[in-house]
This record gives sequence, structure tokens and C-alpha cells, in this order.
Amino acid sequence: MRVYLDNNATTVVDPHVFSEMVPYFCQMYGNPNSLHQFGSESHPALRKAMDQLYTGINANDEDDIVVTSCATESINWVIKGVYFDKIVNGDKNHIIVSEVEHPAVISACKFLEDLGVHITYLPVNSDGVVEARTLRDFITDKTALVSIMWANNETGMIFPIEEIGAICKEKGVLFHTDGVQAIGKIPVDVQKANVDFMSFSAHKFHGPKGVGGLYIRAGQALSPLFHGGEHMGGRRSGTLNVPGIVGMGKAMELAVDNLDFEKNNVQRLRNKLEDAIEQIPETLIIGTKEQRVPNTILVSVKGIEGEAMLWDLNKNGIAASTGSACASEALESNPVMEAIGAEADLAHTALRLSLSRFTTEDEIDYTIEVLKNAVTRLRSISSTYAYAPEWHVSKL
Amino acid sequence: MAKDSLIGGSIWEAYSQKVQDLMNNPQNMGQLTEEDAARLGGKLIIADFGAESCGDAVRLYWIVDEATEIIKDAKFKSFGCGTAIASSDTMAELCIGKTVSEAVKITNIDVEKAMRDDVDTPAVPPQKMHCSVMAYDVIKAAAASFKGVDAASFEDDIIVCECARVSLGTIKEVIKINNLKTVEEITNYTKAGAFCKSCIKPGGHEEREYYLVDILRDTRAEMEHDHLLAISNSKIDGTNTVSFEELTVVKKLKEIEAVIDENIRPMLIMDGGNLEILDIKEVEGGAIDVYIRYLGACNGCASSSSGTLFAIEAVLQEKLSKNIRVLPI
Repeated sequence: MRVYLDNNATTVVDPHVFSEMVPYFCQMYGNPNSLHQFGSESHPALRKAMDQLYTGINANDEDDIVVTSCATESINWVIKGVYFDKIVNGDKNHIIVSEVEHPAVISACKFLEDLGVHITYLPVNSDGVVEARTLRDFITDKTALVSIMWANNETGMIFPIEEIGAICKEKGVLFHTDGVQAIGKIPVDVQKANVDFMSFSAHKFHGPKGVGGLYIRAGQALSPLFHGGEHMGGRRSGTLNVPGIVGMGKAMELAVDNLDFEKNNVQRLRNKLEDAIEQIPETLIIGTKEQRVPNTILVSVKGIEGEAMLWDLNKNGIAASTGSACASEALESNPVMEAIGAEADLAHTALRLSLSRFTTEDEIDYTIEVLKNAVTRLRSISSTYAYAPEWHVSKL
Repeated sequence: MAKDSLIGGSIWEAYSQKVQDLMNNPQNMGQLTEEDAARLGGKLIIADFGAESCGDAVRLYWIVDEATEIIKDAKFKSFGCGTAIASSDTMAELCIGKTVSEAVKITNIDVEKAMRDDVDTPAVPPQKMHCSVMAYDVIKAAAASFKGVDAASFEDDIIVCECARVSLGTIKEVIKINNLKTVEEITNYTKAGAFCKSCIKPGGHEEREYYLVDILRDTRAEMEHDHLLAISNSKIDGTNTVSFEELTVVKKLKEIEAVIDENIRPMLIMDGGNLEILDIKEVEGGAIDVYIRYLGACNGCASSSSGTLFAIEAVLQEKLSKNIRVLPI
């Protein structure tokens, strides 16, 4: 049995999404900016896709949703665009982000830090969430931008975006949110949340890879990252990714239509898995179920290093993830585990399981069995549970 | 960067079959007890190394024949990734049948080589070499426990890069001999820093006592110091290899003063004049400009901007360097 529980990394393309995209590869392949039938015949599908995107996040018709190549591009565009507009060509010199943002945000900010921009990395509480009142203390008259994620990719914890949006509005500071892990999991309403910018990526909600978007509130200036032809109203040059846009539109529509399913069915399966994990002694699940997106579990399993756990799961056909030491090229421990102040012993034991609306009950039952066996086997190897006679003074 | 690194590979694809098999089915995993020791007629030794908080930890059990010091059995328990488990297993295997003194000579590199499928292909990708290091350290801890000494006594040199086992002495020597200027060059020459990269600079996977950036800086400073000493102990008299251009500005000034005192001032003083050196500037392109001011009778003398000036310049060029230009202010 093959079970995919790494949906916070990427998702399967919904077959309905795929079939909507197909005609725009070999039949209607024209460049939509060209003045001939080949170009214009894709326009109805593009308009429909834009409607689906606007409806999906409750954008106003006066707002812009600019299609990009991915959320990483959208995030870089916002951070570097604001840098040019408000810092290089303005009198601001400060950006606030949370310390558990996606590497796209953190790395772009580190880059600006080297260029002399002052960056504040807001701490999170023991649930891994930024508290809105913390933000208030850090905003100054030099602050150009606040960038806080809607939901965290590792823990699935939902951040108080409406409160943060209200504070930014009150203080007159631009607010960007990385909405990647929120769309398709919880309702996302950019107007209610007072966001100026929101990044998202189609492949996280059963759309294709290589296409994403940036929501920009009506009238908000932002210097382009890509200069070139007059695509996307001059905001983002580059020939339109027609099948990608069509696919992302359909994926957004389905994601929003399935929010109830997500809240009920996906959450039920997630809770079933989570309850079974909690039965295993010495496990720690980060954050409460209520404050988390319905599909995610981040669990620390004492005595088992993350990559070793992935190895045993993978051997049995189960795909999961860990941000911990040995699984990543950088050999770093899970940054979120560190940020929430988890015991140092747990930093290398994180396991992330993320479901989707395509996850079945059989798959969850199978995963529970495999996971229990993996814990038994790996704990039998682990030095954490190793025998020692009384005279031995443990140095572990 | 190159073609192979553009699409990030799975580190698991770079594991040898042996590593994978040992991860799935470790051969020497387990524990040894006092009963086992009694049965085998040896002493039970237990050693720990690492910590869960660092991502790797291992407990090694030995039963050692106290008369012959031969390790009769070895088992391990390990917290860590696949490489850590497989290398702990291989380490235990390599210990069995050796004397304690022989076992101490087993390094993480021996362990890695023992896990290769073929001799030329590394058993684990570079960044995972780090996970085999504790296999070496725990042997030292076990041997120290058996012999009742400190584990540090088995190390005759300070190891900067644990993964490649490169010592401080080797790194400093390589920097000096090859006049290395960057950390990348050190890595190319010694392999230090090529694996987990912790030893390159602070902030890596693991905190280290010595970092390549510091060693490079300090060794370069040492080289600079030695160089300064060498040139300050030397004279520009054709009997040594130090050229005028290599001297410090202060030393250049002294050399110029000395030449002027000996060869030029006496003539100027005879005519009721003198000169003073105002500044020395090293100009791009290699020229060395010596700014002077005439004093006394020289000041205003017609020859001071032609004949006398050319004479001064010629003497300095002959005695010190062809690159010297003399400019009166």
C-alpha cells in the first residue's frame, strides 16, 4: 500500500483540474496577448479562472490577483518590491516577520538584512503561534512591512491574521501574509483579514506545480520583480501560463467547495490518526486540534530521530516529512521545534503527517499500524531506551 | 553548482546497499549484561557518546578479556538517522576480536569504508559523514573506561574536521606551504570542511572548538607577522631575497632616509641646503612616490627641480628600486 501523507509539501493534482487544463496544451496553445484567434480563444477560460481565484479568497474586483510562478516568487516580489518602494525610495528601514516563516520569507529578509535593512523576527508562543499583541510592541514609524503566515507549514497552527491585519491597518503599515498553507484548509477572506498582500501556490491545493499568485489590495503600488512585456497589467511580465492559470482557477474553486469536507471528513481522519499516536507513550503533539488546520499533525516521538522514522515509514510505502537534522541537506534540527521552545531532546524527533481530501480511512488505519511497528522497532534500537546496569552513569 | 546539483537528490539514493541493509537489519544491535560478561569470562564496559539534542547518540557495550584485552563481543544502541545506526553497527562489528588498543585506532573513515559496496564509491553522501563520527568517539570512550584514563589521551593531535579527521597542525601547515587564502582552498587541499561543514564557521550543525575561518585568519596573521619580522631583520644590500617593494612603508622610509643620509645630504649640506621627506605613497601600477621638501639654500635653487632632483632620484633608484619617483613640493 502506498500512502501519501506529505500534503503540506505538495498535493496530487485533482483529476478535474487536470482535465480542465488539457485543451490548453495542444489545442488552444496561442499566446493570449496575440492578436489572432489562437491567442484570443484562451480568453474565456482565463477570465473564468480569474473569477474563480477572486471568489475563492473574496477579493474585490478592484483588487489585483497577479499570477506568478509560485508562492516563493510572490513572497520575494512583495519583500523586495516593498524594499525598493519604501526603503530605497522611501524613509522606512524595518520589516517584521515571525521566526517560523517559510524559508522564502526568512531568506529574502536575511538578504535584505545584509543590505542594511533592520529585520525583527517575532517570537512564537509554546503553541508555535505569534500573538497579535506581541506585534504591536515592535511596529515603529520606520516599519515598512509586516509579513506573517496565515498557517504554519510544519505545525499547521493558524495565526490570528484578522487581529494582525487590524493592528497593521491601525498603524498604517503594509501587511503581507503567506497564505500557502491556509487555502483549501480553512476559509480565507482577504477583505475581512485586512491584508494588503497574500501569496499562495496552486500545487498546495491540488493544482499544478509552477503556478501561484499574489493578491494585491486595490490601488497598492508594488514595483515589479519581473520587467518585460505588458503582461498581467504590467505588474508581472512573462507570457501567461495558460494551462497553469486554468488549473489553478479550477483548483481554487474545488478547494473552496471542499472546505466543509476538509473540516469534517479530513479532520475526522486526522483526529483518528492523532488519537492513535497519542496512545503511543512519550509522544508530544504540537498545538491544540482546534487551533490547527484540519489536515496536519506535527508530533515528536521520543527516542526516534526523524529521518530514521521516515525510513521505516517509506519502507512501508508511507510518505511523511520531517524538518529535522539528518533528513535535510543542511543537517539542521526542526526550526519550529526550536522556536516553540520544545526540549532540546525533541528537536530531532519531529514527524509531520499531512492529509488531504484524497486520504482514505483504509490508508489511515494502515498508517496507524505501520507507525506503531516503526516506533517499536526504532525504540528497540534507540540508545534513549538502552539498558545499563546501576553502576553505569549515563552520559546520554 | 553543476548539472547534478540543480535538482536536489535524495540523500537516501546515495546510501550504499550495505548501509540500507544495516539500517533495516542491524547485526550487532542490542545490549550486553553482567551475565553475558560472566558467561564470556570478561569485563562489561559501557560507553556513551552524543546526545539526543544534537541528533546523534550511541551506547556501546563491550565484553573485554582482562588478561588479553581482546574485545570478545560488542553491541550498540543508537539514536540517530540511518547512517548513524548503520555506522554504529559496523563500528561494533569492527571492534569484535580486536584488542582495546587496536580498536582505538578504528576511525570513522574505516567505518565508512567498511560500508562501501565497491571500494571507490562512498557509502554515504558527504553531509552524512558527520553521522559516522560518533562511532569513532564512542570507541575512545569505551577504551578510556576500560583503561581508566581520559578519552583525550588517545588523541595525539587536535582534530578540526571530525568527518575527514584533519588535524589543526595539518591545516596550518597546508595554509603556510601553499599560501592558501580562502577556506575553499583549504577544503580542496585537505577535505576539511567538505562534509557536514560544521568546522567551517560558527553557526553550523555542531559547535566546534576550532573553525577553519579562524584558523585561516590566525595563520595568515602569523604568516604576516613572520614576514614582517623577516623583512625588518633584513637589509636591502643584495645579500637577501627581500625586495624594496615588499617592505612596509615605515621600513621603506627608513631605507630611503639611510640612502639620503649617506649619499645625498652631505652634498646638499656642503651647499648650505638640505631636504626633508614628507610622505611616501605607493601608487597603483607599482610606482613609489617620495615627496620631499628642500630646505635652506636648496629652496629656490634652479637645479633643485632638474639636476639635483634627477641625481637624488637616480641614487634612490640605483640603491633601492627602479620604481621610485621623487617629487618636490
